[in-house]
Amino acid sequence: MSSRVKFVDFAAKKESLASKDKPLQVINSKGEIINKEIFDQYSDEELVDLMKLMVWERTLHQRSNALTRQGRLGFYAPTEGQEASEMGAQLAFKKNDYLLPAYRDVPQLIKHGLPIWKAFLWSRGHVLGNDFEEEGVVGLPPQIIIGAQYVQAAGVALGIKKNGLTDTVAYTFTGDGGTSQGDFYEGINFAGAYQVPAVFFVQNNGYAISTPRHVQTAAETLAQKAVAAGIPAVQVDGMDILAVYEVAKAARDYAAGGNGPALIESLTFRFGPHTNAGDDPKRYRSTDEEKPWFDSDPLIRLRKVLMDKKVWSEEIENTYIEEVKAEIKDAVKKADEAPKQKVSEFLENVFEEPTPDIVEQIAAFKAKEAK
Amino acid sequence: MAKMSYIQAITDALRVELKNDDKTLIFGEDVGKNGGVFRATDGLQAEFGEERVFDTPLAESGINGLAMGLALQGFRPIPEIQFFGFVFEAMDEIAGQMARTRYRMNGKVGLPITIRSPFGGGTHTPEMHADSLEAVVATVPGLRVVTPSNPYDAKGLLISAIKNNDPVVFLENLKLYRSMKDEVPEGEYTVPLDKAKVVREGTDITIIAYSAEVNESLKVAEKLEKEGKSVEVIDLRSLSPIDTDTLVASVNKTHRVVVVQEAQRMAGVAAKVVSDISERAILALDAPIGRVSAPDTIYPFGLAEDDWLPGAAEIEEKVREILDFN
Repeated sequence: MSSRVKFVDFAAKKESLASKDKPLQVINSKGEIINKEIFDQYSDEELVDLMKLMVWERTLHQRSNALTRQGRLGFYAPTEGQEASEMGAQLAFKKNDYLLPAYRDVPQLIKHGLPIWKAFLWSRGHVLGNDFEEEGVVGLPPQIIIGAQYVQAAGVALGIKKNGLTDTVAYTFTGDGGTSQGDFYEGINFAGAYQVPAVFFVQNNGYAISTPRHVQTAAETLAQKAVAAGIPAVQVDGMDILAVYEVAKAARDYAAGGNGPALIESLTFRFGPHTNAGDDPKRYRSTDEEKPWFDSDPLIRLRKVLMDKKVWSEEIENTYIEEVKAEIKDAVKKADEAPKQKVSEFLENVFEEPTPDIVEQIAAFKAKEAK
Repeated sequence: MAKMSYIQAITDALRVELKNDDKTLIFGEDVGKNGGVFRATDGLQAEFGEERVFDTPLAESGINGLAMGLALQGFRPIPEIQFFGFVFEAMDEIAGQMARTRYRMNGKVGLPITIRSPFGGGTHTPEMHADSLEAVVATVPGLRVVTPSNPYDAKGLLISAIKNNDPVVFLENLKLYRSMKDEVPEGEYTVPLDKAKVVREGTDITIIAYSAEVNESLKVAEKLEKEGKSVEVIDLRSLSPIDTDTLVASVNKTHRVVVVQEAQRMAGVAAKVVSDISERAILALDAPIGRVSAPDTIYPFGLAEDDWLPGAAEIEEKVREILDFN
């Protein structure tokens, strides 16, 4: 029995698992255009708009950070470093597309129609932050339970298909840690099984709080997880907004075209902590590891390209930052004006028709609130 | 009117609502061609097509997440969890997501989802199929939980559940599926989602029960009638909310009460009933409130079920004890 015929080579199989495709990149971290064919499709105006989107998100981040420290915001998950990944993706979708974000995807939600003052109320823990009706925001508030939005996205997309909505998709975000959840697998698998118009976007920023990507999985890429669900997937340089926009748009076109779902793994990096509630990346990341990512800042590379083209300057950027700051200042003011929340109103919103117990409790709280 | 079993009444309710509202969708494991492992959806895919009645991949969280997503797109989903013992796989989507959506979105978004699932014991199913997990969902704000004890209520309650604009967990008792027949009206009728029913009037003592234990309680009432004891039996029908008014009215009349559940003593619906009565009618009581339940073990292996489940004998013993209390 000592020598058996070797009929399967598992070691070789393991080598062949991952896609050999390189993540799409248009501008590298040095600001060199490495895919001229794609780059040349963009007008100067479009490039400036992409830059503005990232400056907008960076400014929103900086102000949110400061406001959190001042106690004027509540929960905040920093987005610095992920501007290309988030804005490049968001720009590829339309207002009628259904967005299922996670908690680091508030910038996308704002660009999808949620006013900043409402996003701030969500951060503070006020129900008006989740009231999407007035603005007609097509989507859900940020998901907290990692991965739960992936199964819901499959359902929304099946609903879009059953309703016969054309040129409409569901799109959802999670992080690298999110791809370890059962709901991640169930969501992409259901979407594949029903061939629904859904785009699954994974922002691989290297860490789930402190747990590095390599601890999450033996899979060489997170994109390859989609293969098992029969879903096409690509990796993209998530620090390159042109590359992210290109793959997100291609994925959206594919899904909206009735071809079934698609998945994107965006390789990005969270420059700061997980949240502003005491996380310190120094506990789990070395400066050696951080440096190449900081050098890869998505704003630096596009800024260089635009300055070389003489369509962007420090002055233009600073003027725009001041505009965004003013917009944020107004939003804080508006958030401050929100009425105090009432327990009686929460009780009224548990069911469409309050139950007898709840009717009693509403009366009790209304009496208390009238004092 | 036709005589229908409990499961036929369920199928009939589903058929009525598939016909009435083209936004209703039925889906779950094996519910399509196979008509469900208990045949609750038998023939519905053939009649209404694969767009309306369809099989899902085998994943309970996925099924309920799908339901939530479909509801957000304007559908009225009726997912099935094949056995309620499998519900833990779906608890986040049900209790964490669906249940809180209306509240979370300032009352602007309702999710009209009816989750159907067989529960309870006594049919010697394999491990982890049978279970009495109703309290797990009945203690979640934002969910309604109903369970019928007979074919008439099964149809009327299920139609009400489907028409309701909030998530409803509709629990079907495994043992009752084929063990009883009732006159069931044709077409649409509703049984209210939050009203208990006095199924037998009496003046000496009230038994409060739900699902299969209602029928066990009725056996006890009939037996004691021959001894001149007048026993009132109430079917809760709704486990969340509990219709306390109906219970209190009965206790004010009989002054003695026994609460019965098939679930373990620590697994809460009877405990909620006892505390509601204590809060609102303790001075009307002539005796302590009696409670009949299964013992606090993990749900038993199939061969031990008969020794474990409380039935007419245990109810009778407790009713006699409370009647004799002075």
